[in-house]
Amino acid sequence: MLWETIMLALQAILRNALRSFLTVLGVVIGVGAVIAMVTVGQGSAVQVTADVEKLGTNIVMVMPGQDAMEGGPGGTASAQFTLRDNDRLEEQMGIVDIAAPIAATRARAVFGNENRRTDIVGTDNRYLEAANWEVARGRIFELAELQSGRAVCVLGETVRKELFGASDPVGQTIRIKAVSCEVIGLLQSKGASTFGSDQDDFVLMPLRTFHRRVAGNSDVTMMYVSVREGVSTDRAKQEIETFMRDIRRIGQGEEDDFTVMDMKQVATMLSGITDILTGLLAAVAMVSLLVGGIGIMNIMLVSVTERTREIGIRLAVGAQANQVLMQFLVEAVVLSLIGGLIGVILGLTFGYIGAQVLAVPFAPDPVIILIAFGFSAAVGVVFGYFPARRAARMNPIEALRHE
Amino acid sequence: MSDAPLIDLRKITRVYGSGASEVRALDNVDLTIDDGEFVAIMGPSGSGKSTALNVIGCLDSPTSGEYRFCGTEIASLTRDQLALLRRHYLGFVFQGYNLLARTSALHNVELPLIYKGLSRSERLKAAHSALAKVGLEHRARHDPSELSGGQQQRVAIARALVGSPRVVLADEPTGNLDTKRSIEIMEVLQGLNRETGLTIVMVTHERDMAAFADRLIWMVDGRVERDEQIGKAA
Repeated sequence: MLWETIMLALQAILRNALRSFLTVLGVVIGVGAVIAMVTVGQGSAVQVTADVEKLGTNIVMVMPGQDAMEGGPGGTASAQFTLRDNDRLEEQMGIVDIAAPIAATRARAVFGNENRRTDIVGTDNRYLEAANWEVARGRIFELAELQSGRAVCVLGETVRKELFGASDPVGQTIRIKAVSCEVIGLLQSKGASTFGSDQDDFVLMPLRTFHRRVAGNSDVTMMYVSVREGVSTDRAKQEIETFMRDIRRIGQGEEDDFTVMDMKQVATMLSGITDILTGLLAAVAMVSLLVGGIGIMNIMLVSVTERTREIGIRLAVGAQANQVLMQFLVEAVVLSLIGGLIGVILGLTFGYIGAQVLAVPFAPDPVIILIAFGFSAAVGVVFGYFPARRAARMNPIEALRHE
Repeated sequence: MSDAPLIDLRKITRVYGSGASEVRALDNVDLTIDDGEFVAIMGPSGSGKSTALNVIGCLDSPTSGEYRFCGTEIASLTRDQLALLRRHYLGFVFQGYNLLARTSALHNVELPLIYKGLSRSERLKAAHSALAKVGLEHRARHDPSELSGGQQQRVAIARALVGSPRVVLADEPTGNLDTKRSIEIMEVLQGLNRETGLTIVMVTHERDMAAFADRLIWMVDGRVERDEQIGKAA
């Protein structure tokens, strides 16, 4: 009997080809749009995470201050670090491979008629090593320059392009605030980060030069720490935290006045942004789902009269209400399944194309597929089934006369 | 069971609506119809003749009164049991044909047999022979929209016959047809009654058509006013 019912439903689907097509179309639009959009959105999120991991899972950043918000350093009231803190971290901690001191500010770099507002970073060669910067032209700092605080600088690619265009910057002098600074080297471009920020937009100078001639103090605003291979970042963070509490003499029960952050946290912060993006896409997709649902609803309600009469006929020739209902239910389920299947295939196809175009990984989410599918199927079943149920409960003659 | 009349209505009343808008479509109708009769029910519009037919066909339930079909009290049956009764004992022909749209004549005729649980080949065989009985075997593959009114009604008759019912109930079967087609339809019904002893109850408002029956019931205001044997009662 079930087989018979399925055959009946299939006959009815073929017989009402237009109605079936429109119902299927509604499901396809809803399911397809959601899957395509969410797949692309999730792909971007995966990409962000992957990029952050590429930045270095062995990198830990230590900053003064503690923000109540997770991973957000802030409070300027906390004492800054000193070069000594940085060097002790590097020398005394076995798990630390390199610790690079960083002090930075925003300022304008000027050459001739060209100028650019950029990050002025005081550091030493350890940073170049820890952050994997390659020299494109010229050289890095010499020990004498670092120790004496000579006015020399190394440019990021963006600054070079802005200030020098086609000409060779090495040997030229640029001005930063009141400091005239000789360009000794040029770094290989790293390009834009996944998050769109330009990684090449900075000028490096010896930390001592920066302290004396730009900042006017000897603060280290961040320590850029590369952890030895094989040491987990969680362990590194914990040990660094303990070490820092010790050298900063923070008593038991007192809060840290610094923040240790690894790239995973940075990733979490940033993936918050991509989550918003994904949410936005999902919202658009939900509208499509709704539109598809309304389409299904429409076509089902429009055909209610005809369906009611059909039910009347079937009841009159001896069908039992449950048999009729089962037929309509199977019909609705079959249509939803067909539509859902096509929708999933189309959604994944467009999701794949979208991922290719945006150069992000193809990351379909089975949960979303199920939700989209379930919603459309539910709409199809509810609006296909409930009018049928009402009709099947009527006296056959009422159903036959339905207008 | 053999001594009970096939159809036995006692004090059947059917009321639609309530209060001021109450309509008494049937008012204490007593009526018996025996196996093999060809009965025509006539009456002015609103006289309750269609309601009577629907009650007899278990498509509508009376407000009060007792209806026995083959000795079985209908009021005691569930909806599903009524469906079974229609499935096995009754066939319907409606004024508006009530065929399934976009469905070939053959599959329309096959419909009642699906619910009888016959195999596909049995169903198609029976549907073909029912169509042959009404002279439409050459139209089996056509949809209702491709058939004339008379042909559609003959398909509906074939559908009513295909399940070998005890009774065929016809509600103005010629209501939408011209005289020539009407007479064709009536000849088909009369032939079935004469040749196979099929019981037929037909509502009509045309005296010419009623003349094909053996018995004429005249209804006015929900009551049976006259009940007479007519023509060449066999």
